[in-house]
Amino acid sequence: MWQKLKSKITGMTIVMWTIGIVTLALVVYGSAVTLISGKYTLKQWIDFLIFGLAQGGIYALIALGYTQVYGVLKMINFAHSEVFMSGPMIGYFVATDLYHFNYIDTHPYLSILIVLIVAMFVSMSVAVILERIAYRPLRNAPRLVPLITAIGASFFLQYFFKGLFGSNIKVYPDWKVFLGKWVVFGQPILKIQIIVFFAAVLLMAGLFSFMQRTKTGKAIRAVSEDKDAAALMGIDVDSTISFSFALGGMMAGAGGVFYALMYKQVFFLMGFVPGIKAFTAAVLGGIGNVPGAMLGGLFLGLFEAIGPNLFLDGLGIPSPYQLKDVIAFSVLVLVLIFRPTGILGERLAKRA
Amino acid sequence: MENRHFWQSEVMNFGWLAGILVVLLALVGMVVSFSQRGFISGVMSEGQLLIFLTVALIGFVAGKKMERQSVLKVALWGGIIGFVAGLSLIVLVLLTGIKPLNLRSMFLNASPQLVKVLTFGKGQGAGFLYLLLLNILSGIFGGLAAVIPGIWGSGLANSALITILIGLLTDIWKTFLPRGVAKFFFANKGFNVTGFLITFFFILAFLLFWSLYGARIKVSYGNVASRQPKKVKITWWVISLVVLLLLPRLVGSYLSEVLDLVGIYIIMGLGLNIVVGFAGLLDLGYVAFFAIGAYTMGVFTSPELGLFHLTFWETLPLSILFAVLAGVLLGIPVLGMRGDYLAIVTMGFGEIIRLLVLSDALKPILGGAQGLVGIARPTVGHIVVKNPPQFYYLILAGIFIAWYVASALKDSKLGRAWMALREDEDVAQAMGINLVSIKLLAFATGAALSGLSGAIFAAKLNSMVPHSFTILISIYVLSLIIVGGVGSLPGVVVGALALIGTPELLREFAEYRMMIYGAVLVGMMLYKPEGLWPEPARRRELHGEEGKSAVTASTAPVQMSEEA
Amino acid sequence: MGILETHDATKRFGGLVAVDKVNIDIAERSIYSIIGPNGAGKTTLFNCITCFYTADEGEILLDGHPIQYLSPDRVAHKGIARTYQNIRLFSNMTVIENIMVGMHIHTHYGYLDALLRSPRKKKEDAKSVAEAQRLLNFIDLTGKGDLFAKNLPYGEQRRLEIARALALRPKVLLLDEPTAGMNPIETENTMHFIRRLRDELGITILLIEHDMKVVMGISEMITVMDFGKVIAKGTPDEIKANPRVIEAYLGHGAAEAAA
Repeated sequence: MWQKLKSKITGMTIVMWTIGIVTLALVVYGSAVTLISGKYTLKQWIDFLIFGLAQGGIYALIALGYTQVYGVLKMINFAHSEVFMSGPMIGYFVATDLYHFNYIDTHPYLSILIVLIVAMFVSMSVAVILERIAYRPLRNAPRLVPLITAIGASFFLQYFFKGLFGSNIKVYPDWKVFLGKWVVFGQPILKIQIIVFFAAVLLMAGLFSFMQRTKTGKAIRAVSEDKDAAALMGIDVDSTISFSFALGGMMAGAGGVFYALMYKQVFFLMGFVPGIKAFTAAVLGGIGNVPGAMLGGLFLGLFEAIGPNLFLDGLGIPSPYQLKDVIAFSVLVLVLIFRPTGILGERLAKRA
Repeated sequence: MENRHFWQSEVMNFGWLAGILVVLLALVGMVVSFSQRGFISGVMSEGQLLIFLTVALIGFVAGKKMERQSVLKVALWGGIIGFVAGLSLIVLVLLTGIKPLNLRSMFLNASPQLVKVLTFGKGQGAGFLYLLLLNILSGIFGGLAAVIPGIWGSGLANSALITILIGLLTDIWKTFLPRGVAKFFFANKGFNVTGFLITFFFILAFLLFWSLYGARIKVSYGNVASRQPKKVKITWWVISLVVLLLLPRLVGSYLSEVLDLVGIYIIMGLGLNIVVGFAGLLDLGYVAFFAIGAYTMGVFTSPELGLFHLTFWETLPLSILFAVLAGVLLGIPVLGMRGDYLAIVTMGFGEIIRLLVLSDALKPILGGAQGLVGIARPTVGHIVVKNPPQFYYLILAGIFIAWYVASALKDSKLGRAWMALREDEDVAQAMGINLVSIKLLAFATGAALSGLSGAIFAAKLNSMVPHSFTILISIYVLSLIIVGGVGSLPGVVVGALALIGTPELLREFAEYRMMIYGAVLVGMMLYKPEGLWPEPARRRELHGEEGKSAVTASTAPVQMSEEA
Repeated sequence: MGILETHDATKRFGGLVAVDKVNIDIAERSIYSIIGPNGAGKTTLFNCITCFYTADEGEILLDGHPIQYLSPDRVAHKGIARTYQNIRLFSNMTVIENIMVGMHIHTHYGYLDALLRSPRKKKEDAKSVAEAQRLLNFIDLTGKGDLFAKNLPYGEQRRLEIARALALRPKVLLLDEPTAGMNPIETENTMHFIRRLRDELGITILLIEHDMKVVMGISEMITVMDFGKVIAKGTPDEIKANPRVIEAYLGHGAAEAAA
């Protein structure tokens, strides 16, 4: 037994565990300091929490796209962050038009539905076209090839949109009904954050039941398990793969509109950071695993909303909020080192 | 075929494709932006050229697809394609004219300038006719270039392309050529009509001449080369060395600046080529080591921070050392990761470094968002290296070192182990290769070269800001090694000249650089994965399929029975 | 005591026991075969012996020393080399480079030697090239050293994979279905070739094979596996007569008929 243990401890594992333990110690110490100092009130913590949930819901929606595609193609769709960006970008023009016709104020719910549908459709189309042009011809190529294609496609789309619509930041019009706060249990909470969170959960639940119940959903799962066997069972693999790109795209498009509603703005580079974070969320939950992506997204959103104030502040780091992206990236690295299969994942045995 | 409507037929598919492409080129702004420069002065701007080139290209592809058809039919096809493309543009122009639609509120570039460029400034009637006609001609030209057999077809296509290239680089020729000659060929921006015609027909004539006598010349050169291989080789070496050494004097200060930048990217490219090309580890955080090299140079020499007061040469080894340390540090956590995971984690790492540098937390040591100024200049003897031609030599020395390192390692057991790792990690390990050490060596060596490059970069700029170190740098370097040919050393140089040099010379390109790079990456992977200048031994490098052995196994019995 | 032994080697994947308490004992300079239906756990056993998988229980001994917790590259150093069921050559490297990768552990120079192109590096590389050429002759691929591995015909790829394994100078060579996909003549040649490896180079050979003619023709000892377990063990003649083996291969009724 001792020998077995000894054999598993190499210099590398020691280094990694040291990194892990030091990180953990810093987090615990920092949190303790912050909490004891009482810098933030309970109310503020609840604000962070709700914000984290809303943010996490968006991450989860994007993460679904990564996971769907990873499931069927075993590749990371690097350009998914641009799929996410494209929907709300076009949605913006619809929204401003609606605004000019005063439609947003008179029919707020119908108009948000229109924007949402347009954005989902655009993101879906971008995802499907991307698959058709850039990925399908390379399905049997060595792994590096589609990956580089995806990176290329990602940057192409970013700057293509910049060329078409300009590089300026576009401000979404206000939906008056979503402004302001609701009081829940005596606690005022931003309406938009609650709405975004519940809408995201609703969409995810819809997707989940779609995957479980419908024939197409089952086909996607079958293709994820084994493409050849699925083909033998009479499943059209090509269209199933297209379909999972479409689903992922729709979710990302919806996530994009929520993002635009929360942050009020869209621009051509907006996909990059949420993209990496959503990928982190997908890995966190176990890539290829649909419920995992949802959980991972929520978890990351919370972590990011609370983390900087909780432990970086306690460590005496000035303006900790600048480093919130560093936290997300560090989470990604740590997860991949210590639990590459993610919280729920068991999909990739020998891959990470 | 017969049952389908005409507009669903193949030629119309090409036509629609051409139409969509040219409309997108217009909407994305490239047409207008390129039109600031003439291609043939007063006749055609580069923006218009872009449209016709696209149409010709589609015509060419369509022509290739129907190679066996009669020349007349292909010409007809090309014409139809051009017609559809032209018509699409006309529709676009008409749409921009509809006031209530206000196309411009969405598409920034649907502007009056665009209309002017598309109608050749001749108003809607004559302009449309012009546009349509030239598009049709381009389509026909492309189609014919594809199907006319022998030297005439390819000669036409090639001389057109070469002429265009010469026209685009007008500014370079002007610095070389005597004023009188330059004035004869070139107008203020681009060719003049005589220059264009002479160049085109001269190149066409040359290509014809070469097709007739080229083989004979090659044979006689081959004879000389085989009789005295060493002498010929040395002659070539000496010639290229002399040219390299004289280059900054020949091209002047501005082009030296461009060469410097290209050189800095060549050093980085040679480093990343070790990591990606040799060992197959896709590292997107490569800019981090460049930043670390640069920041080491800055922090240790900048009087602004006043932490240290070392000279350039004292700091250079430190820059490399810190980059190597960072390379190993990044290497350790990602040891177990493959392919896409590695890519995204290294990308995250690059971002972490950038965010840390930007942050207020580290401002006292790294200078924060304002960056650093007063970075030391290198001195050689009594000369302070400061202007671009002087830096050229420093960078050239760096390139030689990087080239030597890469080629020495490639041709060693380490190089072979890296390639084995790239091909099949599990099998490499079963061959007794210690994956940990060779992966770390790859990261460390790549990082060292990137650090070297960063140190020179910092010293050259004399000051720097964190915004110089975005993920885009990593993507530039990756793109240039892909374009040149993964794993190929000359490929790095070709890639850097093409991708870094061109946008510097053609400022219009610079704005669309990332879009073009992205498209180039996709296009290369789809159609030419081995790159522009692959190693001779690896021309077919990336053409293999992953399930190769399985395929062979299943087809093997067939082959066998044929033999038996 | 043999050169390679396993004691109760066990490997599980989730609920599935792929290799279940397998004991084999291979005598030095022998040809030993493992047979069994598809999914019997033969390749998993190979993966355990080469430490690509760590055995969950039991011991694997090479020359009496336990190796089961080593990493695959250390096992290669100790003297175990293998080939794969679906050929896994470095397909974008040349034939000679493939063999030279196999010689990695016997090429003694370091990073600095490589960087400085030291005399030692040149000498060692020259030695490797010479030895690689010798191996090429041995497998009848003389003059094909500069081809891409993937461009060789199937049979030559199989032989190249064996040559690459031989370059490690192994004590024990593990061959996973070396005659798969070959016609009878090629199979015959491969059998000769395997015998030569043992006779001329003194290498112990462990073989997974489906072709009964090959197995019965060249092995000295055979172990039969089914569902991860060893169901029989013995000389070819003993195995031929064993009712459990016939049952595993042909089903229950056949065994009774034979008896």
